[in-house]
Amino acid sequence: MSLPGNLFLLLGAAFCFLGALGLFRMPDVYNRIQAGTKAVTLGTLCVLLGVWFHHPEWWAKLAAIAGLLLLTNPVGSSTIARALFLAGVRPWQSHPADREV
Amino acid sequence: MDQQTETTPAATGPKPGWSNAARLFTLAFLLWLLLTGSLAPAELAAGALVAAAAAALSHPRVTLLTGLRLTPAAPLHLLAYLGVFAIALVRANLDVARRVLSPALPLHPGVVQIRTGLRSELGRLLLANSITLTPGTLTVDVEEDRLLVHWISLPAGADVEAATRAIAEPFERHLSGFLE
Repeated sequence: MSLPGNLFLLLGAAFCFLGALGLFRMPDVYNRIQAGTKAVTLGTLCVLLGVWFHHPEWWAKLAAIAGLLLLTNPVGSSTIARALFLAGVRPWQSHPADREV
Repeated sequence: MDQQTETTPAATGPKPGWSNAARLFTLAFLLWLLLTGSLAPAELAAGALVAAAAAALSHPRVTLLTGLRLTPAAPLHLLAYLGVFAIALVRANLDVARRVLSPALPLHPGVVQIRTGLRSELGRLLLANSITLTPGTLTVDVEEDRLLVHWISLPAGADVEAATRAIAEPFERHLSGFLE
């Protein structure tokens, strides 16, 4: 059971890396939140799945962690985005001439 | 969201009372079972005691669960929702990966309003969370039945109806099966 477990751990790490790369490459805070939230949520779920393959007896705690993560992670991102929006931070716009390039 | 608790009272579900306390007890007890991972009688008794105390103390204020519809079809809708959500979450990540790794960084972001038919706090919470975790969209604010959404690739000329159809409807169809 260790090969699929390791594959999921690796996949989770890869998604978390993409989230970090998104933080680095995206042009404004809203796009950064988008990349960060989605990639890190699925990345962490993949890590939990990988841990489950290695320690199937931990399933209940892993399920509790996954549930709380899915419930709280997006709330945190939305709260940050809302605070920025109310503070007057406008989303970055691509220049019309840049579209379809 | 601070105003939302006032503008959407729990009028839709059962009044905070014994029914709400029973729901909170069930949730707390299930969480206890998951965290202890044991069916020993002593653990069950301690869990029931703690869950009862938590439900008794919190039920006048915590109304999040009053929006649940406890109908026979509800578990099927929950499963359908989880399926749609899982597929959307994976698609969201492939989408993020494609955009982040593309040298041209293809983004045409914008903010749109969408409308929801869900009236309960829990329903709107799950819808807002689902939108945040699915391809290209991020919930920025919830005001009554309007959700403000940051869309990473806004189609030209998208109005409230078109955005609602594209973003909210796939989830709302299933969420409304088990939530007010």
